[in-house]
Amino acid sequence: MTNWFEGSLTWGIFAMFAIWVIVLLLIVLGFVTYAIYYERKVIGWMQGRYGPNRVGPFGLLQTVADILKLLMKEDTIPAKADRVLFKLAPVIAFVPSFAVLAVIPYTETLVFANLNVGLLYFAALSSISTIGILLGGWASNNKYALLGGMRSGAQMISYEIPLIISVAGVILMSGSLNLGDIVKAQGNGFWQWNFIPQIIGFSVFIVASIAELNRTPFDLPEAESELVAGYHVEYSGFRFAFFMLAEYVYVYAIASLTTVLFLGGWKPLFPFLDFIPGIIWFIIKFLFVVFCLFWLRATLPRMRIDQLMGLGWKVLLPLSLANLFITAVVMEWFR
Amino acid sequence: MEYEVNYVIVALFISIGILLPAIALSIGRWLRPHRPLDEKLTTYESGNEPVGIGQIRYNIRYYLFALMFVIFDVEAVFLYPWAVAYRKLGLFALVEMLIFVSLLLIGLLYAWKKKVLQWN
Repeated sequence: MTNWFEGSLTWGIFAMFAIWVIVLLLIVLGFVTYAIYYERKVIGWMQGRYGPNRVGPFGLLQTVADILKLLMKEDTIPAKADRVLFKLAPVIAFVPSFAVLAVIPYTETLVFANLNVGLLYFAALSSISTIGILLGGWASNNKYALLGGMRSGAQMISYEIPLIISVAGVILMSGSLNLGDIVKAQGNGFWQWNFIPQIIGFSVFIVASIAELNRTPFDLPEAESELVAGYHVEYSGFRFAFFMLAEYVYVYAIASLTTVLFLGGWKPLFPFLDFIPGIIWFIIKFLFVVFCLFWLRATLPRMRIDQLMGLGWKVLLPLSLANLFITAVVMEWFR
Repeated sequence: MEYEVNYVIVALFISIGILLPAIALSIGRWLRPHRPLDEKLTTYESGNEPVGIGQIRYNIRYYLFALMFVIFDVEAVFLYPWAVAYRKLGLFALVEMLIFVSLLLIGLLYAWKKKVLQWN
């Protein structure tokens, strides 16, 4: 985005930036609305049901109706809750989920903030959401919420470690933390994308990112049958909606990050297909990743908490470190 | 345009991220009903009367996981700049990082043997 303008920062350019950020916000909100609809449809089809089909043509307005309903719900705050923290928690969970989108490069020129520490910024901000969830569980002053919040906190910090270490292999190969440079280090054609040389890192990244998103098979924080709803059991109306929104904005963020790091960003699948604009390639890969996330949810059952923690620390962490050093040794070998 | 402008955009992202919940919740105040009752404001416990306090003592294991998280997160902070500069550093940096990571791995193995990672 910054390379579209010359000269110094004026109020006009600042307003221009603000408008573009708001446009992105609207796109993300639209994505979330229809991702929820699409998820319910896909899971419905996979389970031999119709999914939402009443509100609007093909049920297209179902999520819009849900949002309006949430907006008009009474906002109850339990008398025993810590009111300040209770109100703050959904905002803390949501803000980083939107702020990480600043560094995603959609094409070579379409990138909002072209930070040279882009990946570090993403990893650092995305972990702030854990605090929001923990606070929500704590401030509710409810045993289910506290348990759900603690589980979620433990899960998210445990899987954050393999997530960020598995990415270090990609940094080694491209020698940069700038997400645009990481895409440029990958070539045209799928055999030059990072997911083949980094196949261990890629697998660890996928598993760990699903756990970070708190999605099935790692949706223990909100295991309906065990914890009623987990950390957000006392939340209602739009405060609840912001927790859900943060979750789906992270789906957007993680799917974009997977595309950028491992699937070649805006690069075409085969070199002869490079007449198709980069943004189309980005969207195709992005939607593919999103579909896989929904697909997994319909396929796999929920894990048990001890299996979950065991997988994170005993399998994924050693694997991600092994991947890092294998990459480093191979790079040293072929120097 | 200077590089710092990128951080102006980051600040814009964060402030618009804060504004959205603020605006949505203020607009919602006109739309939603507000009729608090004592029953409505009790803590939810599957329909029963809540027993005791909500902020109970919980399993120490969560604390141990948090400790291990801090150790390995700091490790990751050291790994990132190393990975960026690796091409210029060469074999010596590789051996050094191997020693550093294996020290932490010994810690992980110790925790594993001490059954910190077990959940029962």
